[in-house]
Amino acid sequence: MNLEIILHAGLATGTILLFAAIGEIFAERAGVMNLGVEGMMLLGAMAGFSTSLATQNAWLGLIMAIFAGGILSLAHGLVTIHFQADQVVSGLSLTFLGTGLALVLGEGLTGQNPPLIPNVSLPILASIPFLGSVFFTNHSILVYVGYLFIPLTWYYIYKTRPGMHLRAVGEKPSAADTLGINVYRVRYFYVFVGGCLAGLAGATISLSVSPGWYSSQTTSGQGWIAVAIVIFAQWNPVRAAVGGYLFGMLRRFILDLQGPALLFGFQNPIFMNHNLSFFLQMTPFLLTIVALVWGSQAAMRKRLGSPAALGIPYIRGERGL
Amino acid sequence: MSSISNQPSPPLAVEMHDIVIRFPGVLANDHVNLTLKRGEIHALLGENGAGKSTLMNSLAGLYKPVSGVIKVNGEVVNFNSPRDAISKGIGMVYQHFMLVPTQTVTENILLGLKEPRFFVNLSIYNKKIQALQEQFGLRVDPSAQIWQLSVGEQQRVEILKTLYRGANILILDEPTAVLAPQEIDDLMKTMRRLVEQDKSILFITHKLNEVTAVADRLTVLRKGKVTAEGIGIEGVTREKLAELMVGRKIIFQVDKKSQKPGEVVLEVKNVSALNNKGFPALKNVSINLHQGEILGFAGIAGNGQSELAEVITGLRSCSGSIKINGKQVANQPPGKSIDIGVSHIPEDRTGVGTAPNMSITENTIMKNYDQEPIGNRWKINFTSAREYATRLKDKYEILAPSISTQARKLSGGNLQKLILAREISCCPSLMVAVQPTRGLDVGAIEAIQNLLLEQRENGTAILLISEELEELLSLCDRIAVIYEGELMGVVEAADANLTNIGLMMTGSMRSQA
Repeated sequence: MNLEIILHAGLATGTILLFAAIGEIFAERAGVMNLGVEGMMLLGAMAGFSTSLATQNAWLGLIMAIFAGGILSLAHGLVTIHFQADQVVSGLSLTFLGTGLALVLGEGLTGQNPPLIPNVSLPILASIPFLGSVFFTNHSILVYVGYLFIPLTWYYIYKTRPGMHLRAVGEKPSAADTLGINVYRVRYFYVFVGGCLAGLAGATISLSVSPGWYSSQTTSGQGWIAVAIVIFAQWNPVRAAVGGYLFGMLRRFILDLQGPALLFGFQNPIFMNHNLSFFLQMTPFLLTIVALVWGSQAAMRKRLGSPAALGIPYIRGERGL
Repeated sequence: MSSISNQPSPPLAVEMHDIVIRFPGVLANDHVNLTLKRGEIHALLGENGAGKSTLMNSLAGLYKPVSGVIKVNGEVVNFNSPRDAISKGIGMVYQHFMLVPTQTVTENILLGLKEPRFFVNLSIYNKKIQALQEQFGLRVDPSAQIWQLSVGEQQRVEILKTLYRGANILILDEPTAVLAPQEIDDLMKTMRRLVEQDKSILFITHKLNEVTAVADRLTVLRKGKVTAEGIGIEGVTREKLAELMVGRKIIFQVDKKSQKPGEVVLEVKNVSALNNKGFPALKNVSINLHQGEILGFAGIAGNGQSELAEVITGLRSCSGSIKINGKQVANQPPGKSIDIGVSHIPEDRTGVGTAPNMSITENTIMKNYDQEPIGNRWKINFTSAREYATRLKDKYEILAPSISTQARKLSGGNLQKLILAREISCCPSLMVAVQPTRGLDVGAIEAIQNLLLEQRENGTAILLISEELEELLSLCDRIAVIYEGELMGVVEAADANLTNIGLMMTGSMRSQA
């Protein structure tokens, strides 16, 4: 049990959730819920890992992961935007499709050692006492990219013209349409962006934070946690980042809790107690289920500030939205 | 304004010639002609489904005519999207506002424009929009979010939106439908001020008194065809216009017999309730309603009227007491109020009032399917159900090919008659009617209003929620005014003062009654 280690590891694993959740925020802000995050992440993790292995270049792997997640998300876009099908059903199917594809194509990757995204320490910043060693020392480059992502995406969504259009399309697509904004194009674009970021999140696992290919255990449900974080974060990227980091730290804390035989001078109840430690490892997912059930109530979503047109296909000329 | 006709004729602002617009199975516009002179207010009248909005949507670039020519300022145009229409100076204010509730006034106005390119510095644009407001006298705080604004203010934002895009020709689609009386006056002043500054206005309505109040000329559509093209408003009477719209004579005076209200049927005491967002929608409302009495509820949409109807019919939980014929129904399931004899004409005809994909027969028996002779323990006797439906269809003159027609294929007026037929037949003691004539055409409104009066004579207590003040004044015995969930006052309809009701509707006055 070491606070510095928990915080440091939390930032690293939190980066995975940060990318996936911000991606989902983009899609949902445009009015399209994509429950296929888990599938897109796993496919991204597999694509990144195998490309890096084949080309011996981790950066090419990263690009391939982003690409794979984005391409898979377009299937969801086609079904929900073009054919106006139910977003929940399509999203769930996308998880199955992505997971299935990743497991088949990832056959035999376990145990391989491709080049990884390097860890670096930032000069000067790393020498700040405590904070430097938590935030700026021996982190994957992707963690630093994540730091930059937070203010940039926030600024983009709230303070730029395309961000304004994005929010308008998710809140009131008919208004956007009458002002000459192409609702379908905007939705496709942000579903694709969401897919790309889910792919990036996948590669952040397999090529950087916990490198390797462990079939479906690679993502182990983190895509669902990301979807829950979006609700907790009220579709705000800054809150999503904080949520992602907190979840990351929670997981590390639970892991570390199982280690020592003595805790603050007392017998550690979790030490060597499998039932209890499995239960503890489950808690983040329990929270996720609670968040998803809680957040799926229409009234609750409204109170949290969910985009008003979220989940509703846009058909020109239909009254209401 | 009449001086326009004396000047040498400049090119017309809009000339629509021989327009044909077809939807699957419907000829929405059948060789329609329409002209709009520069600097005039031109009213476009017609019943629902007459093709007014369709015609205007084609001018705004949303639909494409099958044939016909549209000229704007003398130049032939061919619009493929709203953007094309906007670039020719055409701005449309839709009946259902096209505003993003969570964005500010300025953001809404800037949406879809080329400038700003990427970074949006709202304070610069707030100033620009303020300048535009000064010019046209359309005051509204540019940094306020849309959801914080009143409906009248939102409409001003819509008009500003078109003006910011340089619109010279404004199309207003039923602009007064959502406004309180004072707001309607303001809007009419605004329209005149716009016309003085060389804008031209096309204005869709089916309220005849507004036409005579503000328009220079008018065009009437009936079933997609023009029945009066660009006639001046001098000497045109309400009766004449109604006949042009409907194709037959309409009697405007409803025949309300004077009668003494009977026993108390509904007793609402200190009722408070929350709306769907969890905010207070009703605050301590108390009111009584008697046999053979129509109590109207006036108020601008969203001030608690819907919630009031829902707590009485058992669809929403509340605090306080609601007694019908002495029995407590607050927080009881809807079945309980049905058993006591509460009928409900809901606001949402297709979502709540009927099951659109089911037949007329199935829709008529929804409240008595479990009673003899239609219900027989666990079976439904469809022979008697069909007899019942046929009887109602004939009695209430529901126009439909047969009783097995799906409810969604009925027109708005006939659907409403179907709902009334079912409700009147099953639950005679109290009727809760929410916007029963909303969106219906003159002929159907007449039929529905007569049915309500007939029920009143039969001794039913009727709670009528409506946004049409005229309707309330002509049908009701008493009118209660509600604002932000609070009862502002109750007035006798016979000596009601329209201005005072309007002031109460906007919360600026409270009467002790």
